[in-house]
Amino acid sequence: MNRIDARFNELRSRGETAFIPYIAAGDPILDRTEQFILDFEQAGVDVLELGVPFSDPLADGVVNQEAAQRALQGDVSLEDILAMVKRVRQGGCELPLLLFTYFNPVLAYGLELFAAAAADAGVDGVLCVDLPVEEAEEYRQRLQDKGIATVFLAAPTSTPERIKRIAEASTGFIYYVSRTGVTGVQERVEDTVKGAVGAIRQHTDKPVAVGFGISRPEQAAEVAAYADGVVVGSAIVRLIGEHGNHANAIEQVGAFVRSLVDATKSVRRAAS
Amino acid sequence: MNEHALSSETHDYPYPDSKGRYGAYGGKFVPETLMPALTELEDAYNRAKDDEAFQRRLRRYQKDYIGRPTPLFFAERFTNRLGGARVYFKREDLAHTGAHKINNALGQVLLAQAMGKERIIAETGAGQHGVATATAAAQVGLECDVYMGEEDMARQELNVFRMRLLGARVIPVTAGSRTLKDAINESIRDWVTNIGNTHYVLGTVHGPHPYPMICRDFQKIIGEETRRQLQEKEGRLPDVLLACVGGGSNSIGLFFDFLGDPGVRMIGVEAGGFGIDTQRHAARFAGGVQGTLHGAMSYVLQDIHGQILGTHSVSAGLDYPSVGPEHAYLHGAGRVQYVYANDDEALEGFQLVSRLEGIIPALESAHAIGHAVKIVPAMKPDEIVVINMSGRGDKDVQQATRFINPAKEDL
Repeated sequence: MNRIDARFNELRSRGETAFIPYIAAGDPILDRTEQFILDFEQAGVDVLELGVPFSDPLADGVVNQEAAQRALQGDVSLEDILAMVKRVRQGGCELPLLLFTYFNPVLAYGLELFAAAAADAGVDGVLCVDLPVEEAEEYRQRLQDKGIATVFLAAPTSTPERIKRIAEASTGFIYYVSRTGVTGVQERVEDTVKGAVGAIRQHTDKPVAVGFGISRPEQAAEVAAYADGVVVGSAIVRLIGEHGNHANAIEQVGAFVRSLVDATKSVRRAAS
Repeated sequence: MNEHALSSETHDYPYPDSKGRYGAYGGKFVPETLMPALTELEDAYNRAKDDEAFQRRLRRYQKDYIGRPTPLFFAERFTNRLGGARVYFKREDLAHTGAHKINNALGQVLLAQAMGKERIIAETGAGQHGVATATAAAQVGLECDVYMGEEDMARQELNVFRMRLLGARVIPVTAGSRTLKDAINESIRDWVTNIGNTHYVLGTVHGPHPYPMICRDFQKIIGEETRRQLQEKEGRLPDVLLACVGGGSNSIGLFFDFLGDPGVRMIGVEAGGFGIDTQRHAARFAGGVQGTLHGAMSYVLQDIHGQILGTHSVSAGLDYPSVGPEHAYLHGAGRVQYVYANDDEALEGFQLVSRLEGIIPALESAHAIGHAVKIVPAMKPDEIVVINMSGRGDKDVQQATRFINPAKEDL
């Protein structure tokens, strides 16, 4: 079974919520990313979103744009990222890994070749931020043939018909974007998010994770009370931007990630 | 690739299809948040198309505000100099604000108003689309923010001033290459964030469906007028249509009405920059491959890993790494030929037409002139070429002083 599905099943049986951090692969260099992966596994992270840096990240706020720029300064490619994933898998890492990418690098790789290489490396899922379900037919087929989950975004603007379609097309989990906007931190999670997650659940039993704008442990705990997963990106990426090159980067970032894991796990929902 | 042969009748032309595709190109490659807004826009546009009151209002603005129809001018001295076919200029440079951009900007601003939007945003490269949008927004009384790359703001200071004078806010974009592509990224980020009250006036036939269709439909009046005007003057169709291609709106505007006329050759001229061997150009068909950027599948200048490459052109309006998806289709179908003119050829055309015709063309349009200089002398005297003079060059005079010294040039 796909590691993402296995993890959500396990969490569900315990009434726990998944904690899902996002980092940009190759920021500041790929070796550092590898160290973060291994530390996050120790920290109790459930799924890691690995951002594939892209030159024109139009869905991202400034924190993630700068991270992509830092990674691209080191010429990190999708190919390099897959090779790194393969290395950590060979070292015994079992942390479920989801690539968070724009479509063009995947298209440039070639859909079929990419699906084969990602499966071979040990990638568990892919989310293409600028690939809506309408455009994703071949992509879904290629990835699902290789046992790779295809996660799609649902947004506050999505109509009920679209939510239904997104829920059907998503495997692994459904990623609910908690606000209309780009990635980044915000002061509070909007009141409408809980209701929106409930509305998605009317269409599906698949796990629903919430992201975009969650940045602090208390926000993570708040969302963990009703969602199956909590995604925190920019707040961690900002910390990597500040400390990524320092000798104690792993400790600095690891401590913050642990505080988010603890907050997420402090909440228990009904097991099922 | 699934490319259909074009039918001889434009009204049978099947693109975009129900998925917003032009053959293999186009579509909607955007984050989910935008998808419902694109559907809303398409619905509103389809309603406006059938709404007689909207169409009457649009026609009135086209006539009394933009100044349409723009003239079709026989460029006699230019024709005599080249010594081949008879050359006409379609004078979009005489449209209000000095370029064809107003055709689309005004149409979309009227549409935004019909949709009940309070705020307009736009991206701009050379500044012409920004000026056109700021102008239309001022005319109907909507708030307007324009994103412009810092590098372009420096190249086009005059247009920055014009936009501010028109009451728009010009927001500098400091990310990436600080040019048009980054301004589009920033506009899309703004639109995602403010989708409830904001309409994004995209300035060319690029972006996710329905933008390429809407922009084309507002620009196709250029070709419709050209057909009528040439019929009056010459009693026949043109042999060759020439237009520069950045995103591709002025060229589609001229070409579209003639797609069903097999005897009319069409040539789109891209920016060759310093020459395509130098990697410093914006010739997408000569140097690009299939890819997705800014919501559309098309030709894109990119590296082997799918990262978008920087571009170069002396004209900011052609300095863009992708091209409208309908052009990608027309390229594949062989209906339109795509060539490029380098910076120096464009600058030569810029000076030649200024001296021979008393018309200072935009540096963008000067690329089409640069190509005319190459092909017209070999054509027959009874053949007819129409060049889209897509904009006037006043905005480029400052930039041109860096490259040429008219007093010393002997043509």
